[in-house]
Amino acid sequence: MQQIRAVELGTGLFVFMGILALFFLTTRVTSFDSYSGEGGYELTARFDQVGTLKTRSPVSISGVQIGRVTAIDFDVDRLEAVVTMRIASRYRIPNDSDASILTSGILGGQYIGLQPGGAEEVFQDGDEIAFTQSAVVLEQLISKYLFGQSGGGE
Amino acid sequence: MSRENSRGLRRIALEIVHSLRSFFGTFGAGQIFFLRILVNIPYALARPRLIIKQVYVTGVQSLVVIMLAGFFVGMVLALQSFLTLSRFGAEDSIGMVAALGLVRELGPVVTALLFAGRAGTALSSEIGLMRATDQLSGMEMMAVDPIKRVIVPRFLGGVIAMPILAAIFSAMGIFGAWLEGVVILGVDEGAFWSQMQAQVDLRDDVMSGVIKSVFFGIAASLLAVFEGYNSAPTAEGVGRATTRAVVHTSLTVLILNFMLTAWLLGGK
Repeated sequence: MQQIRAVELGTGLFVFMGILALFFLTTRVTSFDSYSGEGGYELTARFDQVGTLKTRSPVSISGVQIGRVTAIDFDVDRLEAVVTMRIASRYRIPNDSDASILTSGILGGQYIGLQPGGAEEVFQDGDEIAFTQSAVVLEQLISKYLFGQSGGGE
Repeated sequence: MSRENSRGLRRIALEIVHSLRSFFGTFGAGQIFFLRILVNIPYALARPRLIIKQVYVTGVQSLVVIMLAGFFVGMVLALQSFLTLSRFGAEDSIGMVAALGLVRELGPVVTALLFAGRAGTALSSEIGLMRATDQLSGMEMMAVDPIKRVIVPRFLGGVIAMPILAAIFSAMGIFGAWLEGVVILGVDEGAFWSQMQAQVDLRDDVMSGVIKSVFFGIAASLLAVFEGYNSAPTAEGVGRATTRAVVHTSLTVLILNFMLTAWLLGGK
């Protein structure tokens, strides 16, 4: 009997330690973000060029993350990329805000930055962001600079 | 001369056919064995005390090994990444490097390898000895199915213990990385944790590690009990079965790790 008690006690402690370790891994090691879940509302935006934007890339306003990109698709009719993002419901954003694809740091990943507008009304679920600015592709930037310079010099 | 040659070729061909046959034979036998275990799981669940005892034997008794290994793996990860990253002035992200490495890869894989060495060998030599001393036949004679009574509880114990051990390994590793990075090397504590939290994702990283460790637990426990159950009933046979269990488990875990990473979890 004593033996069995020790086994049960040890196993119980072991499983408890495992749960504690998992709890540590989920709370302390990862950021427990609320905007990856099902809550919030969805917005879409059309871009000519999305660069290296990916699903689960952050959406931020004034540098504060408020949501994530949930899908990137290509509209065959209008020949544009359609980006769907999910915003946490407590952030109400004026519906004339504009979206641009920006890069964090020099080598960082790309994200969507929202620039708040001045309208009274706010975005509702399923709305489309009308004003967008595409991602800057480095090669295009360089070639524009090079050819622009040589053209201006002549 | 040509006759000699053709005879040699024939022998090589026969050897290849023979080893292929034995390979696929073992493979098929393993699958049937796995199915027998799966079918008998409900019977074993009716006796939870047997399973708890096996969780104790495979899990609790491996705990010290796992914790020590995780601690030192975390410390060396922090040290190595510090040496490289400080050249770019990016030593703040050692927390992120250590956590990603541990949670995604090293936690599940090293735990599975240690598990194979610590718990897998104990399982297969125990079952092998039961076979060698006719304990399994004795059970059959008493109309007790050794699969239900001996194999399934041990298999389930390993499957339950392995993800818990992997989580403890990762947590200890991150503690080791914190100790080495923040306390010894003087990386800023706030940056250490915030970089880690910004880059480690719950679903993509932590959950994929947990899923991996479940698969590894199934593979390691299955191979250990299979080799033990099918060992030759001699002292040498038990020794061979134990060795085979470790070698096969290690290789299977490494191959499975690549397949899971490439096709299931990180293929985007």
